[in-house]
Amino acid sequence: MECFGPLEVGYEYDTITRQQIQAGPSSMWRYEALLPVAPGAHARAGLHPGLTRLVRADNLAAALGARTVWVKDDSGNPTHSFKDRVVAVALENARRLGYQTIACASTGNLANAVAAAAARAGLASVVFVPSNLEAGKIVTTAVYGGTLVAIEGTYDDVNRLCTEVAACRDWGFVNVNLRPYYAEGSKTMGYEIAEQLGWRLPDAVIAPVASGSLLTKVDKAFREFTSLGLVDPHPTAVYGAQATGCSPVSRAFREGQDFVTPVKPDTIAKSLAIGNPADGPFALDVVRRTEGAIEDVSDAEVVEGIRLLARTEGIFAETAGGVVVATYRKLLREGLIDPRAEVVLLNTGDGLKTLDAVQPSCGPTLTVTPSFDAFQAAFAGIAADGASA
Amino acid sequence: MSATVRIPTILRTYTQGSTEVTVEAGTLQEAIADLDRQYPGIGARVLDEAGALRRFVNVYVNDDDVRFLDGLQTSLADGAAISIIPAVAGG
Repeated sequence: MECFGPLEVGYEYDTITRQQIQAGPSSMWRYEALLPVAPGAHARAGLHPGLTRLVRADNLAAALGARTVWVKDDSGNPTHSFKDRVVAVALENARRLGYQTIACASTGNLANAVAAAAARAGLASVVFVPSNLEAGKIVTTAVYGGTLVAIEGTYDDVNRLCTEVAACRDWGFVNVNLRPYYAEGSKTMGYEIAEQLGWRLPDAVIAPVASGSLLTKVDKAFREFTSLGLVDPHPTAVYGAQATGCSPVSRAFREGQDFVTPVKPDTIAKSLAIGNPADGPFALDVVRRTEGAIEDVSDAEVVEGIRLLARTEGIFAETAGGVVVATYRKLLREGLIDPRAEVVLLNTGDGLKTLDAVQPSCGPTLTVTPSFDAFQAAFAGIAADGASA
Repeated sequence: MSATVRIPTILRTYTQGSTEVTVEAGTLQEAIADLDRQYPGIGARVLDEAGALRRFVNVYVNDDDVRFLDGLQTSLADGAAISIIPAVAGG
C-alpha cells in the first residue's frame, strides 16, 4: 500500500465451481461470491446489469487482416454502458453503510448509471458532470430525476470538487468514498469474457483507458479465475487505448515512466477525458507485466473506428469503443500485436450517447423529392458509384 | 507571506482535526516544510523519500494543479490557498 494510494480489496475464497456460477442469475450477480457484496444481491432492488453479449467479429477481423476478434458489447447494459456494473457493487455497499444519497463525478456514462440505479433503489442521487458534456448524456441523466450539477470545468475539476464535497457531506460518492467497492464491479466484465469463451482466456484484450481502473480489474478477473481453477492458465496480454487528446497513460508507457503526468484533455472521446487518472500507474504495471502496450489515436481515427465497427458488425459504439477499435488497427499496423492472436475488444458504451461525434460524417446518402422518377434518377447516380442496385 | 493549507480528512489526525492551517512561506516547498514544522510527520505523507510530491496526491494553489505550475517551486502570493487532495478518485 502506498500513501494516498487506492485501497485494493483482497479475498479469501472458498471453492467456487463453474456449475455454481452457471446456476446463478443471468446477470453479473452470478459472480456474487467473487465480489464485495452480501449474498442475495440479485433479489434486492437494482438494475442487475451484466451478462452482455460477446460477439464474434469475423467481418471486422477480415477488414483488419486479423484472425479471431471478439467484441464484448457492454452497450447492452440497462443504461447502455459498463458503468452499471460498478454502480451495482457501490450501491450494494451504500445501502449497507446506510447512505440515503449516492453521488458521483462523471464524464457521462457513470452519471446515467448512478441516477438510474438510485431511482430504482429509492435513494436520492447527486451527480456532478462537466458542463460541456454531450447533450445526449445530460438528457439521459436528468430524466431519472436526481440532482444533476453541471460544473464549468473539466472532469478533473469536477473530480477534485467531489473529493472535497465528499469530506463534508454524508453522501456515498461511488467513485470517491465507495471507490474500492465500485472498482471491483469492473471485474465482472473479465469474468464474463472467460465464461463466454467457454471457460478459457483470450490471447489479448484491449481496454479503453480513462482512470485506468477497468483495465486493471479485467486483468484481476483473469488472474482470479486462474487461481480458482475455473480456467486453465493462459497468458493474456492487456492493451490500453486512449485518445491522443487525452493520453497521459499512453505517453507514460511510451516514455518508460511508472508515474503519469497529468494533461488537460482535448478530445471528442469525452468519456475517456480524464487528464489525471487515479489508476494510471497500476494500468502501466499491468500492461508491462502482461507484455501488452498502450497506444493512442486521433479524433479522426476514433470516428473511423466507430464507423468501421458499425459497418462491419452492426455495433454502434460510443467514442470509447471507437478508440479501442482504432487502437487495435494501429497496434496491428505497428506490429505491436500479432494478427493471429485471439483478441477481445471492450466496447464500454452505446453510440447513441455520443451522436455529436459522428453526426458530421453520417447522414443521408440521398435526399430526394417524393417522386418515383426523382428517386430513380438520383439512385442511378449513386449506383454508378458502386452502391447496390 | 502567509498562506492557508486545506487539510484533507485523512491527514487531520496530524492537525488535531483542524481543516485549515496557516503557514509562512514563499513557495509551496516552504509551505510544506512549515506545515511539517507545526505538525511533525505530515510532510512525509505528502512528499516521498526523495522530497518529491507523492504520485497519489494532488496539490492545488488557488485552484490550479501545481503540476501545471512550477511544482514544489510554485510561488505563493500573500493569502494563497493551498489544497492537498488524495488522487484516488474518479473514473
